[in-house]
Amino acid sequence: MYREDSRRHNLFSRRAVMLGGAQLLMSTVLIGRMYQLQVIDAKKFQMLADENRINMRLLVPPRGRIFDRNGEPLAVNGMNYRVLITAEQAPDILQTLTALKRILDIKETDQERILREISRRRSFIPVTIRESIDWSTVSKIEVNAPDLPGISIEVDQTRQYLVGSKTSHILGYVAYPPPDLKQSDALLRVPGFRVGKTGIEKYHDLQLRGKAGNSQFEVNALGRVIRELKREPGVPGNDLILTVDLPLQSFLSQRLSNFKSAAGVLLDANNGAVLALASVPSFDPNEFNTPLPADSWLAISKSPYQPLMNKAISGVYAPGSTFKMVTALAALEYRLITPNQQFFCPGHYTLGEGRFHCWSKNGHGRVNMKQALQQSCDVYFYELALRLGIERIAKVARKLGLGEATGIGLPGERLGLVPTPLWKKEKLGRSWQGGETLLAGIGQGFLLSTPLQLAVMTARIATGKRIKPYLLRASMLDGRIEMEQTEEASGIALSPRNLKIIKEAMRAAVNTPLGTGWGSRLTGSGHQMAGKTGTSQVRRISREERESGIKKNEDLPWKERDHSLFVAFAPTKKPRFAISVIVEHGGSGSKVAAPAARDILLEALRREPSSVLTAVEKN
Amino acid sequence: MSFETSYDPREISLGRKLKMVSWPLIFMLCALSAIGFCMLFSAGNGNWEPWASRQLFRFCFCLVLMLFIALTDIRVWLRYSYFLYFLGLALLIAVELMGVIGMGAQRWIDLKFIQLQPSEIMKIALVLALARYFHGISIDEVGLVRWLIFPIFMVLVPVALVIRQPDLGTAIMLALSAVVVFFLAGVRIWKFVLTGILVLSALPVIWSLLHEYQKRRVLTFLNPESDPLGSGYHIIQSKIALGSGGFFGKGFLGGTQSHLSFLPEKQTDFIFTMFAEEFGMIGGLALLGLYLLIVAYGFFIALRVRNQFARLAALGIVSVFFLYAFINIAMVMGLVPVVGVPLPLVSYGGTSMLSLMVGFGIVLSANVHREIQMDRSGDAL
Repeated sequence: MYREDSRRHNLFSRRAVMLGGAQLLMSTVLIGRMYQLQVIDAKKFQMLADENRINMRLLVPPRGRIFDRNGEPLAVNGMNYRVLITAEQAPDILQTLTALKRILDIKETDQERILREISRRRSFIPVTIRESIDWSTVSKIEVNAPDLPGISIEVDQTRQYLVGSKTSHILGYVAYPPPDLKQSDALLRVPGFRVGKTGIEKYHDLQLRGKAGNSQFEVNALGRVIRELKREPGVPGNDLILTVDLPLQSFLSQRLSNFKSAAGVLLDANNGAVLALASVPSFDPNEFNTPLPADSWLAISKSPYQPLMNKAISGVYAPGSTFKMVTALAALEYRLITPNQQFFCPGHYTLGEGRFHCWSKNGHGRVNMKQALQQSCDVYFYELALRLGIERIAKVARKLGLGEATGIGLPGERLGLVPTPLWKKEKLGRSWQGGETLLAGIGQGFLLSTPLQLAVMTARIATGKRIKPYLLRASMLDGRIEMEQTEEASGIALSPRNLKIIKEAMRAAVNTPLGTGWGSRLTGSGHQMAGKTGTSQVRRISREERESGIKKNEDLPWKERDHSLFVAFAPTKKPRFAISVIVEHGGSGSKVAAPAARDILLEALRREPSSVLTAVEKN
Repeated sequence: MSFETSYDPREISLGRKLKMVSWPLIFMLCALSAIGFCMLFSAGNGNWEPWASRQLFRFCFCLVLMLFIALTDIRVWLRYSYFLYFLGLALLIAVELMGVIGMGAQRWIDLKFIQLQPSEIMKIALVLALARYFHGISIDEVGLVRWLIFPIFMVLVPVALVIRQPDLGTAIMLALSAVVVFFLAGVRIWKFVLTGILVLSALPVIWSLLHEYQKRRVLTFLNPESDPLGSGYHIIQSKIALGSGGFFGKGFLGGTQSHLSFLPEKQTDFIFTMFAEEFGMIGGLALLGLYLLIVAYGFFIALRVRNQFARLAALGIVSVFFLYAFINIAMVMGLVPVVGVPLPLVSYGGTSMLSLMVGFGIVLSANVHREIQMDRSGDAL
């Protein structure tokens, strides 16, 4: 037995050594694998582990504020409070909601939505109960917090326009970015982030947006946030300081709101700074912070008065008689007439088979240039236009800023139109007719201009400088003010003597009893204004109607009435302000647009907007 | 006979037995379990609840049981080895029947204080029963195939029952531990090679007999990374955790993968991953070293013992212990498919600890009674 066991022991020992060897070999494999994972590939796995646990959230930077020229705030950032419920913190969701109903009215459909969202999401993700609640409700909820387990309040930014509809066409508004834009920038995908849709908000959107910050936080496998690891605050958007003078802007907006549909622009005639710019009817940009209800949107977008359109830059109208300065200037520049040369106006003008009428049925008799502008005699300008030809008229019109973008720095600016035979051939495929030159001579026919272009034209005539309108005066970054570089306006390349003749005629048009603007002359301010009325026809008057007596505007449907225009500058001695006003389908220029322009110029002369940024620096 | 055995010169007093108990081995087992407590404490995010304290309590109980077994004469265990085997078999059949009766597929019996897994008991019982069998036949008989038919059945019956549970992992482990005992008993090596070839060549036949859904199940079982959101998720996250631990680890309680729940089953099958994430490769090597030290000590004991049963039992049990550690570590490192094998004495789990501590009790007993020589029936010479 002992020998037997000794044999077994020997065999066992040999086998044990083999087994031990095998086990050592297996252990070596494990060590090799450990080395591979933990030393060779460690970097890769460390990155993967961080990818697992670190999530990043963008922090929305505060949007840049917008101020008027004196530092009065126009657009600032307000707070939006929303009520949230977090399911895992509420022992009984229905009970919490019932308690909340004593403070906040929750409709049955809302409650269904809330419960549905709660059931779909993980229990630690808050669900929104209500957006934009007011401060008193917030404080009520805070006070009752012990009875409202799971309820919390979250704050985010909203845009607030302090004078609402009064600056809406300059500032524009912000709204959620459209889905197709969201791909371009991660910041746009942050819930609640808004971008500029029109106006300054859109034109300077990137500057106003600032740079997003980010917050890195640790999450577990379920997505629950454990702690914040790192926070990089973003860079707030630049504050913008506009050239607009808030009191004048309010006044203009207020004065125009008497009309159904109108627009007006007030410029600093010497440098083109836009002091006020308004279009009526307007809209309240604050309403666009959250998506508008469908019926409100429909009411705004389908209105015949087009409240969303900035008519001062996007509305194009025949300039009518306000264009007569251009025709007159051109005739002087090309030395076709002398200022004192007279033409006879019998009330109409015949060209070939066509008969062109003066607005005064009985005619103005013999008129020279000053009288023609003063009384807005059409026949005089038919004669001038015919002598000039359309090309030369167009050339001077362009020098005064018509038919091209002014570059004011707002989206949606239209070019208007200064027609030429070449243009007509290309666009309409027909050749230029002589009668079309006559119509252009009095600002009708194909001619189109925006109210802003007319204001620019007036300012250029008034100062002889090639001013360009601008809205952005300065931007503010970290409390440092950076003035916008505006180049000194060059001369307009028109003879100052000729300009003086036109300006004197414009002065006469307002300040002499026969002038079309006599009713709107400035009284009691110690200043005079020079201006020109315009009544731009939007329908064709037939021969029958002309014979039976032209219908009065009051007897026509609104859409067929004449546009009422007026351009002016003041004071006549050293001009400081230039203005243009158009009242859509308002009727006669002298009766409707001119008084409005007068009131605004009076207010401007009274205020004399400062050109220093004192108030802003205090902010 | 009892009168004579009481005067047996090899009968040793209790005090002397206590001295002969291999205390270094017990110390190493305690150290290993202590690592387990620490990791379970970490798995509970720095809490003794719910795992660490219970594991500690169980270990204390198992430690006492182990000592009791160590002091019990090795011949008693030889005598009871077949009984233990059949008890394990009966329990396996019992859970099988419970599943049939309608409690659904089940691997354990609820004994209130412990959820008893018969397959865990079988790990030790099978080794003991095989050791008993090979103790009883001569070295020449081992060389004859007809003497191997009975032990092969002893292996195949529990393996088949465990496969039916279905627990392929444990079944393979049982088969492997049986192979180790057969090998140590002296079965010729060419027989293992032949069996291996036969099994491999039979695989395509078995494969063709499987249903489509069974094939799919086997395929995902073999290649979990083809399914990164399902079962593959576990092994991918485990590799990330291990790798991100690097050479020095993220520090105790500092494992992000583990503590942020990216790592699944961190208290049981993937506890090694958590350890290696927090203590790095240095920790992993130290733990592996401790396992190898325990195994080496088992070899040392087995080679000194003067009877075949204790030799086979001791080295069989130690090899089971090694196999479990190897398969578990290889599994969490993505070397072998995830088969649900715990890390011995570290993973949370009662039955596994109980059976391993009983096993080490027998190893210790073999050491204490190493001078005892027995005839084929287990009587002392």
